[in-house]
Amino acid sequence: MMEPILTKFVSDPESYTLKGYLKNWGFEGLKKALKMKPEDIIEEVKASGLRGRGGAGFPTGLKWSFVPKDFPGPKYIVINADEGEPGTFKDKVIIEKEPFMLLEGIAIAALAIGAEDAFIYIRGEFVEGARVLGNAIKEAEEEGYLGKNYLNSGKNLYVRITRGAGAYICGEETGLIESLEGKRGHPRLRPPFPATKGFLGKPTVVNNVETLSCLPHIISKGAQWFSSIGSNPKNSGTKLFPVSGDVKKPGVYEAPLGIPLKQLIEDYAGGFDGKPRAIIPGGVSAPVLDERDFEIPMDFDSLLNAKSMLGSGAIIVLNEKRCLFRSALRIVSFFAEESCGQCSPCREGTRWLELIMERIREGEGREGDLELMKDIASGMIGTTICVLSDGCAMSLLSFIEKFEEEFKMHIGEGKCQNW
Amino acid sequence: MGRLEGLQDWEVKANDLIKAYPDRKASLLPLLHLSQEFWGCINEDVIDLISKKLKLTPSYVYGVASFYTMYHFERKGKIHIRICTNVSCQIKGAEEILKKLEEKLGIKEGGVSEDGKISIEKVECLGACDRAPVVMVNDHYEGPVDLEWVEKIVSQ
Ligand SMILES: Cc1cc2nc3c(=O)[nH]c(=O)nc-3n(C[C@H](O)[C@H](O)[C@H](O)COP(=O)(O)O)c2cc1C
Ligand code: SF4
Ligand code: FES
Repeated sequence: MMEPILTKFVSDPESYTLKGYLKNWGFEGLKKALKMKPEDIIEEVKASGLRGRGGAGFPTGLKWSFVPKDFPGPKYIVINADEGEPGTFKDKVIIEKEPFMLLEGIAIAALAIGAEDAFIYIRGEFVEGARVLGNAIKEAEEEGYLGKNYLNSGKNLYVRITRGAGAYICGEETGLIESLEGKRGHPRLRPPFPATKGFLGKPTVVNNVETLSCLPHIISKGAQWFSSIGSNPKNSGTKLFPVSGDVKKPGVYEAPLGIPLKQLIEDYAGGFDGKPRAIIPGGVSAPVLDERDFEIPMDFDSLLNAKSMLGSGAIIVLNEKRCLFRSALRIVSFFAEESCGQCSPCREGTRWLELIMERIREGEGREGDLELMKDIASGMIGTTICVLSDGCAMSLLSFIEKFEEEFKMHIGEGKCQNW
Repeated sequence: MGRLEGLQDWEVKANDLIKAYPDRKASLLPLLHLSQEFWGCINEDVIDLISKKLKLTPSYVYGVASFYTMYHFERKGKIHIRICTNVSCQIKGAEEILKKLEEKLGIKEGGVSEDGKISIEKVECLGACDRAPVVMVNDHYEGPVDLEWVEKIVSQ
């Protein structure tokens, strides 16, 4: 097992204090970045192969390069700490145990794009996380690692925290920006992308907590070192994998990208609990895998090739005693509840699918229901403002495709004995 | 608005929050959180207060607040239990726990017990699936919980 990077010191009881962070890490990355030109930081991050850990896997350096360099006026960094994708509980570990690593990463990103203001949007339920982060910001400012002329660099960086209030859609980056502006979290039509017109209409980069926490290590140890970890230079570095469901030891495990799924469960999560039948590899928006894919390398491109996605890296294991129709319905209900309602295919489609599946559950399945569900779901893909709709449709279609017999059985008989 | 206790204190904190953002409106969610901490819910008086403070219409403030599930328009119980029933918690028995809670308290999810002591709310993934089935008791996570836990919390 390789030594973890981001989570190396999380069991140190002082890891979340400035003293602990200075002892363990010491802001080496930020100090180095302060001596670099912004475009060199961007190039270094591009060369590292770092891709977003929030869900979409977009190359981080490339995203930054879309921010106009000579924009007259403020630019913003927004940190996505909304962690709402069901199955996901990894950013919380960094927030609560390594808040200074996140702050250092934010500072590096801010240097790269030329921002002085950063906004952390943290999910409302993470009261403890917001408290730890708030203290870390205060301490960093007092000790000159943040704020005006931090580290005597002639640069300023001000970090604030906004707590979300229980809306999954505010994890979607433009929904998040709307929410941060004091509005309902309705995702925006793109273009324009946030890089040119984001928070308050200004150029904005939205990055996930884990993505930013990779930066201090990339800058201090170099792009080459980072890109040599993982499957290949396009799937590089380690990943935090939150593992839950039918495993012996649920938890967050850091492993190189590309680790085979089964090995991750066996070597890190204590092994399967019962015989696994279905595994969701990247949060509930990610299409489900069946046993043909249990050895799959856990990286962005391998999962895309298997018609699923790495998403947030959240793994949910369902064993043979679980009713997969029930899990699929629960996922559809989640999306129906969380659809923001702007687009009809999403608003109506999620609700309609939920109603059909509830009817089937009550023993009133009809011939043609399977086709009807597939038809509705297909109409929800590529037709809406954001991909919540696609996530719902693709998840359900994968359950139907891989476990069709189980769906047919439920259409005939309603609940099964495993319900 | 005389019914809002501690208004002066609130003003001080609200002004600090407003100052922290480059735009007044951006402090709306923070002000809603602050007010709910102060007065337990977002009632008409609170909506009025915030709308005046931020120079927004009351209907705008209400429209935003109602989009978010964590803002309540009526007081919750002294002990507010949020129970996750998403996939990882569902397979570990979250729905059975919810049912038992509802039975024992004689209320449905979303409701408050008659004495105002306990309320329950069914929620989506709480971001703590390693502790499934997991609940939040006010601001604290507890889990994994079981049917015995229900007995304990109900007898409190
Ligand atoms: C419905 C929906 C929910 C999302 N929720 C989150 C979330 O909770 N946290 C997160 O970091 N990204 C989330 N994302 C992805 C963000 O839109 C965005 O891609 C990400 O914040 C970019 O940061 P990254 O490039 O560092 O990953 C979500 C996307 C969608 C469509
Ligand atoms: S796809 Fe759904 S969640 Fe996304 S903007 Fe449209 S209605 Fe809202
Ligand atoms: S599924 Fe219950 S906390 Fe995530």
